Amino acid sequence: MNRRDSLKALGLIAAGSAAALSNSSCDSPTKPTKVVGDEKLPGVQDFEHERTQALYSEQYFDKHEMATIAILTDLIIPKDDNSPSATEVGVPDFIEFIVKDIPSHKLPIRGGLKWLDVYAQKKFSKAFVELSKENQTSILDEIAYPSKAKPEVSQGVSFFNLMRDLTSSGYLTTKEGISFLGYAGNRPGVWNGVPEDILKEHGFDLA
Amino acid sequence: MGTFQIKEESTVYDAIVVGSGAGGGMAGYILVNAGLKVLMLEAGPFFDPAKDALQLRWPWESPRRGASTTRPFGDFDAAYGGWQIEGEPYTHEKGTEFDWFRARMLGGRTNHWGRISLRMGPDDFKPKDNITDAWPITYDEVKPFYDRVDRMIGIYGTVENLHNEPDGIFLKPPKPRLNEHYIMRGAKKSGVTVIPGRGSVLTEALPGNKDRGTCFYCGQCGRACKVYGDFSSSSCLVIPAMKTGNLTVIDNAMVREILSNDEGLATGVSYVNTKDLKEYSVKGKTIILGASACESARLMLNSKSKAHPGGIGNSSGLVGKYLHDSTGADVGGFLPQLLDRKRYNEDGVGSVHIYSPWWLGDKKLDFARGYHIEYWGGMGMPSYGSFHGVQNYNHLATRTDGLPQESGGYGLSLKNDYRRFYGASVGMSGRGTALARKENYCEIDPNKVDKFGIPVLKFNYTWTNEEVKQAKHMIETFQEIMHNMGAVITSNIPDESQLYGLATPGKIIHEGGTTRMGDNSNTSVLNKWGQAHDCKNLYVVDAGPFVQQGDKNLTWTILALSMRTAEYILQEKKKLNS
Repeated sequence: MNRRDSLKALGLIAAGSAAALSNSSCDSPTKPTKVVGDEKLPGVQDFEHERTQALYSEQYFDKHEMATIAILTDLIIPKDDNSPSATEVGVPDFIEFIVKDIPSHKLPIRGGLKWLDVYAQKKFSKAFVELSKENQTSILDEIAYPSKAKPEVSQGVSFFNLMRDLTSSGYLTTKEGISFLGYAGNRPGVWNGVPEDILKEHGFDLA
Repeated sequence: MGTFQIKEESTVYDAIVVGSGAGGGMAGYILVNAGLKVLMLEAGPFFDPAKDALQLRWPWESPRRGASTTRPFGDFDAAYGGWQIEGEPYTHEKGTEFDWFRARMLGGRTNHWGRISLRMGPDDFKPKDNITDAWPITYDEVKPFYDRVDRMIGIYGTVENLHNEPDGIFLKPPKPRLNEHYIMRGAKKSGVTVIPGRGSVLTEALPGNKDRGTCFYCGQCGRACKVYGDFSSSSCLVIPAMKTGNLTVIDNAMVREILSNDEGLATGVSYVNTKDLKEYSVKGKTIILGASACESARLMLNSKSKAHPGGIGNSSGLVGKYLHDSTGADVGGFLPQLLDRKRYNEDGVGSVHIYSPWWLGDKKLDFARGYHIEYWGGMGMPSYGSFHGVQNYNHLATRTDGLPQESGGYGLSLKNDYRRFYGASVGMSGRGTALARKENYCEIDPNKVDKFGIPVLKFNYTWTNEEVKQAKHMIETFQEIMHNMGAVITSNIPDESQLYGLATPGKIIHEGGTTRMGDNSNTSVLNKWGQAHDCKNLYVVDAGPFVQQGDKNLTWTILALSMRTAEYILQEKKKLNS
């Protein structure tokens, strides 16, 4: 079987040429990402599907926590001219799911959110969500840079590291996040090595 | 619940194969193509990559974005199972470690493996180091089988004429990625050989095969291939073997025991259906174990009878002994030269594009044998965790946006860092020879059973100084290569107290040696054909028969030896009939 037959077998070029595929993804960066819900993909085991459905049916974070998560994720990954913000692609919902999926994240996030509110209360006499953006970022400036953070906010630093990690996972794995990064694969093609101009640019002999 | 009842099937199969991975798949394939009626029992469900592979799925199609919650290698990986399986525990001798990976599915671990397909060389079968043990067979005896496996299954690579890295019959290899050009440059400066990879992926159409597709370069072999463009036992051996009409496969069949008669010959096996928990027994003239090194050992040890009081095939007392995995250690970082690099599709193949075979031969070092190096990095598909820990490295590259040189951060500058660093990662992993020692073993835990009531394995495994010093050599070499290619190291450099990053035994998933072959029935379990010394119609075809693996990944040798054993079984049958 040659490559063309392979693609036919996959049902990928039934309607024409493989070239049509090369632009098939990342075409609508503003549409919110649809995450798999009730659908069970072929190859997913029954226990995995049931487990996922059970997690979807639970709610872990309360409204206030979700509101705080929303503000934090948008501060971590804001909108820019060409790409949406974290909340625009559903990152808070992803965080709600992933802490249930990986329960070791539950306590550090819940406790960390509480830490953040207590710290905001001490500094500005309000919960974090009620602060001006300026005051919110002044707190982040204290906990978002581990190497210069003061020891008294070390728990805040740990919390923010995790929040930053989960936000990156939630954002950069969406259609929009992948478009932002410029990942160009996950489609049938032919690998002929590094394009010549790039090899040259990096000082490698064309071989 | 009703009374305990065992359903006995009256058919007597020519052979019963336990397990459907590389070893079981190959044995079954050879035997049914010779006209034998074979029954194959698989503990997991049926799995056909054409239908069941999660290939070409995007990360957002997983609610956990590919995280490894229920599958150790991520949500899209093709292995059902892992180092821990609910209801199927194993235990350890105090103070020792071994992580046992099991894939419960048709094709076993071959559905998700790295497809790195290396032959063991002349010095791997007959070592020169005076520490590791020799096999009862030579490379030259196995070579014809390696050749046939190459032709039958397909492998890419290049002819290099290296003494202990025998060449095969190769399809064209994939070209190096950009980070791999940097690696080759750095390794050359360090005097480390780098050659094109050797992988069982069809980079060209396989001559004479109409059932398998050609690679279309998605780089996702680990998810199993819908067009059968890489080697999985399911797609390349078992499913084709079923088409002969001579192979019956029963899935969800967990074998409990090998049955034997008063003379000690095997007569069949009993198994439990893992779905309805009903009990069955089936009869076979020959029993072939390919359940994986430790699972086959467990099964033999659990098969006690008057003729085999210590477990079938275990008169030497060596079943379960000489357990050995590969060594492993890694170093990772990024290439500043690749920050903000141009984007293009470099997925390539899902196996290695380049690798370093052991380059120091039998040079006297402070450890036995050696290791090969596998390399990684580049613009892979983003997944859960791909960007975690950015605060550990984003200050290590000179900022170009005028902001302070600080680690971590948030906002647009962080967002741009994610994009800037994407695709700049690079790293390497060593995979080396671990000693096959009698002192490292699995045995039956006297106090514990699994959910089917089958006694479980207890592991006893410790590393020696040989492996620790090898890991030290890896870590030092990797740092030098990284330095010579201009990379920044971001992984922790482990010291002696961390055994130089030497992976926990079992983590590399190359375990073998538990039913070693040999000419002497007191010092080995099987003869050189994989036949039990004390049970002539019992054979083992997984990595159990390995006397001592080299640094070469096991699968190609499992396939070659299983083919050799299957042909021996056919010859023996002919002798009986003539």
